[in-house]
Amino acid sequence: MSQQSETKPLVGAEIDAAGARELYRRMRLIRTFEDTVQSQFQKGNVHGTTHLYSGQEASGVGVCSMLRDGDKVAATYRGHGHSIAHGVPPQALMDEMLGRATGACGGRAGSMNVVDQANGLIGCFGIVGGSIGAATGAALSEKLLGTGNVALAFFGDGTSNQAYFHESLNWAQVEKLPVVFVCENNLYMEFTPIENVTAGAIGSRPIAMGIHTQQVDGNDVFAVREAAGEAIDHARSGAGPAFLETMTYRFVGHSRSDPGKYRKPGELDEWKKRDPLILGRKALEERYGIDPERCDQIDAEVAKELEEIVERGLAAPFPDPEADGKEFK
Amino acid sequence: MPEQNDTLEYRVAIREAIAAEMERDETVVFFGEDVAIAGGVFAVTPGLYERFGDRVIDTPISELAMSAGAFGAAVTGLRPVFEIMFADFLLLAMDSLVNQAAKYWYVSNEQASCPLVVRSAMGAGGNFGAMHSQSPVPWLQGVPGLKVVAPATAGDAKALLRQAIRDDNPVAFLEHKRLYSVKDPVSADDPEVLPLGKAAVVREGTDVTLVSISKGVRDCLRAADELAEKGVSAEVVDLRSLRPLDTETVLNSVAKTNRVTVVEEGPLVGGWGANLLGIVAAEGLHDLDDAWVVACPETPIPYSPTLEDAYMPAEGKIVREVENRLGLGAEIATGV
Repeated sequence: MSQQSETKPLVGAEIDAAGARELYRRMRLIRTFEDTVQSQFQKGNVHGTTHLYSGQEASGVGVCSMLRDGDKVAATYRGHGHSIAHGVPPQALMDEMLGRATGACGGRAGSMNVVDQANGLIGCFGIVGGSIGAATGAALSEKLLGTGNVALAFFGDGTSNQAYFHESLNWAQVEKLPVVFVCENNLYMEFTPIENVTAGAIGSRPIAMGIHTQQVDGNDVFAVREAAGEAIDHARSGAGPAFLETMTYRFVGHSRSDPGKYRKPGELDEWKKRDPLILGRKALEERYGIDPERCDQIDAEVAKELEEIVERGLAAPFPDPEADGKEFK
Repeated sequence: MPEQNDTLEYRVAIREAIAAEMERDETVVFFGEDVAIAGGVFAVTPGLYERFGDRVIDTPISELAMSAGAFGAAVTGLRPVFEIMFADFLLLAMDSLVNQAAKYWYVSNEQASCPLVVRSAMGAGGNFGAMHSQSPVPWLQGVPGLKVVAPATAGDAKALLRQAIRDDNPVAFLEHKRLYSVKDPVSADDPEVLPLGKAAVVREGTDVTLVSISKGVRDCLRAADELAEKGVSAEVVDLRSLRPLDTETVLNSVAKTNRVTVVEEGPLVGGWGANLLGIVAAEGLHDLDDAWVVACPETPIPYSPTLEDAYMPAEGKIVREVENRLGLGAEIATGV
């Protein structure tokens, strides 16, 4: 397993050129991981369904780069990116996709329900809104146990119409819980434009509850880091929850069965000009003087890393049904 | 706080169990609607807030946020106990209970357990109508990973709730609302905890086995008294929990009596009673002469006292059915 992929997420607001390269590398790792999941799905090695994060990498990587060890993350069925961004080893994640005993959950979870407690991932939840409720409860633990940690939920725009959203935001604010709600607005609730099914602006809802609320360009990893830092600091200070809406776009369908025919003409092409990886390369050059060729080198390293990961994953054993789940405690 | 007197009220048993476990383990927290300052709508939890402060929390009317909050807290270091005021409201909490809490230990490949208890008041007989009277046992029982406990006596309630709070995975703890004011004998020698998933033979007999949970056990005991006067010796089994399900105790009893009646406050179709009989038939058919369920009509629970009384599987109904099935006289059969 690659040494690089074992590193924990970047911590803190101040990073040097090496830190900036790591931000880029992590976004590329997610993109290549998702491309690999897709190709392995087509080969019949990944089963069921998948919901890919391609296009939204700056949001997860930017947010998680501002968390500390001990902070908890709850994510969604589109959770591969959040998992990698928060430090889940890509080999364990890929093995889980491949249904192997060596997977993050021994093959019991699959794409949508990954848990990695050792790396602060409470879980990815297959039900829309589950992450919000789980993170709110985790924040109750952090508050009552006095840990100084925060809990953070990732979820999509469509979740803003779910009971979990309204109930948990309200309770978190009433109890002043150290929780950050990160709404990744990719403009579509599954196949339907979010505005067709949503009254008013999503951000107006937490504002109505008096929750600290920001909106940010979710494809610019440095902008995300700055806003996330403020939101996380707010929650950690004891002032109550914070809400961050990252504006982004997914480059692939909602799930395996979705060709994305509902997109407005030209919309995808416009967003691809603002690919988080393109913006990231530009920012690395402008802010840290990092040559784009250095990013090419990272891309090649990551591609090789994923090839090796898949090779090892496909060689790993499947779980043994005879040994599984006989005793349910 | 244990009372030294020799009887214990059911609601006080619940309160004492929560208090004892909060005293014993500071990660135990308790929350629900009106449970802290007001002490709960069934007056089960007065005094806990005064005693334990921030660890006892009044929540908004947000059953889903409550169950998900309990889940999130349980997988990150707390042992939450929360109250869903009426069991009918559990439906609002079900997504997190079923999809998150019950599955976590297994799906995470046993990385972490999920120690939470949801307490809830179930049951008809109080004229609360169709949405405040249900006993949603089968909805919960069908979920691997969620234990379901429904104690019949104050002593059992205390010991089982203490064990439920110590259990490392989710437990639904169902309290029949007609039991809150009953008082049962207790003794200083009673065990501090009782294991979950262990039934009890609460009356021995030889002619027929009556099986139930919660208030139904008390109805069965009264029915057994009446049947004894008519020369029928009924054994009564209190399942105490529905998952894990102690089929062994039931099968042992059936091996002795050869007849089994399950008394269920709920419809026959899709009920836990019919399911239990299915297991008994599969594993003990050679011992069976007769097996049936005393259940409720296939309707929502009605309000009017005459309708609700007729709906309930009370002791009179149990006695009549046993007499009919045992062929004890046509004059009784016509009374059904």
